[in-house]
Amino acid sequence: MSAYIAKRLLAAIPVLFGLTVIVFLIMAMIPGDPATAILGSYATPENVEKLNRDLGLDKSLLQQYLIWIANLFQGDLGRSYTLNRPVLDEVLERFSATLILAGTALVLCSILGLIAGVVSAVRQFSWVDKTITLVVLVGISIPSFWLGLLLILVFAVNLRWFPASGMYAIYGGGGPLDLLHHLFLPALTLAVVATGVIARLTRTAMLEVLRQDYIRTARAKGVTENRVIYRHAFKAALVTVIPVIGIQAGFVLGGAVYIETVFQWPGIGSMLVKAISTRDLLLVQGGVLVVASAYVLFNLAADVLQTVLDPRLR
Amino acid sequence: MAEASTAPAPAVRPAKHRSSRPDSLRLLFNNKLATAGLLVFALIVVTALLAPVLPLPDPDVTAPADRLMRPLSEGHLLGTDALGRDILSRLVWGSRVSLAVGVSATLIAAFFGSLIGLVAGYAGGRVDTLLMRGIDMVMAFPYILLALAIVAVLGPGLLNALYAIAVVNIPFFARNIRGIALGLSRREFVDAARLSGKSHAQILFIEVLPNVLPVIIITMSTTVGWMILETAGLSFLGLGAQPPQADLGSMLGDGRKILFTAPHVSIIPGVMIFILVMSINLLGDGVRDVLDPRLKSGALTRPVARTAVERRQVPEGATPAPGAVLDVQGLRTEFHIGSQVFRAVGGVDMRIGKGECLGIVGESGSGKSVAAMSIMGLVPTPPGRITGGVALFDGEDLFSVSDERVRQLRGLAVSHVFQDPLSTLHPLFTVGEQLVEAIEAHQPLSRSQAREKAAELLSLVRIPNPVERLKAYPHELSGGMRQRVCIAMALAGEARVIIADEPTTALDVTVQAQVLSLLDTLRKERNAGILFITHDFGVVSAICDRVAVMYAGQFVETGETGEILRAPAHPYTAKLIDCVPVLGEPDRRLDAIEGRPPVVNDLPVGCAFAARCPRAEDDCRAGPIALTEFAPGRQVRCIHPLIGETQNV
Ligand code: SF4
Repeated sequence: MSAYIAKRLLAAIPVLFGLTVIVFLIMAMIPGDPATAILGSYATPENVEKLNRDLGLDKSLLQQYLIWIANLFQGDLGRSYTLNRPVLDEVLERFSATLILAGTALVLCSILGLIAGVVSAVRQFSWVDKTITLVVLVGISIPSFWLGLLLILVFAVNLRWFPASGMYAIYGGGGPLDLLHHLFLPALTLAVVATGVIARLTRTAMLEVLRQDYIRTARAKGVTENRVIYRHAFKAALVTVIPVIGIQAGFVLGGAVYIETVFQWPGIGSMLVKAISTRDLLLVQGGVLVVASAYVLFNLAADVLQTVLDPRLR
Repeated sequence: MAEASTAPAPAVRPAKHRSSRPDSLRLLFNNKLATAGLLVFALIVVTALLAPVLPLPDPDVTAPADRLMRPLSEGHLLGTDALGRDILSRLVWGSRVSLAVGVSATLIAAFFGSLIGLVAGYAGGRVDTLLMRGIDMVMAFPYILLALAIVAVLGPGLLNALYAIAVVNIPFFARNIRGIALGLSRREFVDAARLSGKSHAQILFIEVLPNVLPVIIITMSTTVGWMILETAGLSFLGLGAQPPQADLGSMLGDGRKILFTAPHVSIIPGVMIFILVMSINLLGDGVRDVLDPRLKSGALTRPVARTAVERRQVPEGATPAPGAVLDVQGLRTEFHIGSQVFRAVGGVDMRIGKGECLGIVGESGSGKSVAAMSIMGLVPTPPGRITGGVALFDGEDLFSVSDERVRQLRGLAVSHVFQDPLSTLHPLFTVGEQLVEAIEAHQPLSRSQAREKAAELLSLVRIPNPVERLKAYPHELSGGMRQRVCIAMALAGEARVIIADEPTTALDVTVQAQVLSLLDTLRKERNAGILFITHDFGVVSAICDRVAVMYAGQFVETGETGEILRAPAHPYTAKLIDCVPVLGEPDRRLDAIEGRPPVVNDLPVGCAFAARCPRAEDDCRAGPIALTEFAPGRQVRCIHPLIGETQNV
């Protein structure tokens, strides 16, 4: 099995490599003079000249890429002109905040989605099933940025249960409890869509599995129905749902852009939105690269987990 | 419907869905949620289209004096925003923009995605690999992130947001369509078109495209809601629509700044986005269910733990025949699918004594498996239900006892061995775990004792290195080994009757013989009765003491194996015996008897076999024919049997 995991890890390398190519090419496709476009209002002649030199824009595209990737390996993603600090420092700092938010949301949507899906399948056609199905449909149709605003209105403004913004209270303790307090609403909002998707798929997977011959075998052995559902059927359904959870990681990481903006969470999403408005393209480049790499790793983890559960894949 | 009946005979190529169209629409309207979605969506589209002629104030005229009026104010049904603009009017115009952008993005994504998918699937080989690698690369990015990167390069703006959202949705189309196109490009009608000298483009667009159209439509209907949501999101972030232009997302984004003082300004456009996307998703689910019934969630029903028992009359005081461990009398099992009733088993008696083997023989669809699976309630419900008869085990009626009692008796009183050991063993648990579970279901043993017993069971079924094998997963064993594991599992609870449903059919011939002789030895050693289901008289002769031949849900002949083999009375039995392959004469095997068994929801009044019977006469079709004893221990359901005389004549 460890051989398999090693193989998957190796297979992720070309994907990561491809990511850098795409990110590089997107930035190379900027219309007009890149240096001016990147610098925007900071484009003094000296700055333009320096950046042109930094980017090596007088060289061929391939050479430019090689220089860029060589810098990347040394942890140099360039300098943000709006923040006047290295892109990598800013991106990593922001990304840790996003990881807390997205990670919590991912755990939340996996647990809620799996439970809702299993309950829905076990009680198929009951009012519980119908309610869950409807709630799921609402969940995947609701604009998350709007849901966030509603939750702020209800729970932060009217009920005053949770804070409306930020990651820590400015004059508060800043401990884990304060973080959780601030985390609850944004993580919940971020988890809603993914919960719906996972619940839907879990329901279908459970129904599919419960029709299999090996479920009949388990029943024929005299195994209790609870064991049939929660051990035999659930494990098999989980194997098909796990890759979907991996894909949902992408939607959660992307959706963080909205939620961080709504809740003013100091993560990479709100950083990207600001960077795009101010045309700080090196910052955008660094941010996109880091989030996309994280997504590849999430999918890799899902792959490995699936292999652990399913001996046929080894 | 009239259109369908006058349509020309269906061509050889796959249907182009033309004749099924009225039907599809009717199906769509049958789905209440989808219909509701369609109505709401249509209403929004019509309102948006009519925006210029509706009596609405100009959406962009500011009126500082009227700013932030609450909904239901005089002259402003939904109030006004921070600049005093009428929200209702802005909502209608904003929906128009959001719809236009979402639909355009969908069309662009559908066009390019389908084109890539078609070309990749049709060309195959290197082109396919190259295109799909590219698509995979795009999908390696988190969905919204890539859209952001594109907007970052092109600059904020509604059109750029549209392009970005379209690009990130291309992979969904490309992947779905490629799969179908790949399958189609291997089909005969495409080969035929190729041979007739048509160009690749002609084949792609005239032959292949119409067949992938349903998939394109499904993908469009499931992604358009997303695209509207995402473009609204980009506008909300200030990266899409720029003032004075406004869509629903930018209205929401503007309102956000005054969320605390005037929440209605942001809540109203959000409600609109939600209603729009929800209606599209409801409609999309309906469209998908109609065009791709396999995916329809309602078609997947979960079988419950035990077959439903709904006997029209509960027989009282039924007594088991002397010497019988298991005595099933008058079993009737039906399948209710929609308004149709399939009478799978129509009154069957099965009696098994200690250490005795009863064989039930028939073609597939004869009801033999359903009859056997009914005993311990393993026929899936829905759609199955037991509608008559009793199953007496030690005098206890298995159809009357509680679910918990049935669970206890499964494996303990009656155990099962099924046909295909690869699908009947759980693929994710080791052989040992599955055996231990079967043991622990009935005996409170410690884990190590249970494992010891599991190893014993494996050696009992002649599996070498049993302790080692406990750690194996089913896919790591050969077919014969797997079936031995299944037999070991059936022995775990010391069951007194083993129901074996075609246990050797999935195995090759030499392994078949080994498994049969194993079963035969075990029943002698353990004195367990066997109910043996098969379609093969050759297997019957190897193991069964008595045989019942089943046709269309009823026994048509019963008797001792040797006697029936020597002199079958029913014409159907004779045909089945003729089908047995003889060693050294493989050509003698008549793989099937001409004709097919009748469908059990529409059985003839007379003999069910009449349509295929060489001896059939008019009186055979006149009325029901009884199972009659024509010699001691032998019964036949035929009025012109091959041997013996019946009183029915
Ligand atoms: S009753 Fe008539 S039709 Fe039926 S099996 Fe006998 S001879 Fe054939």
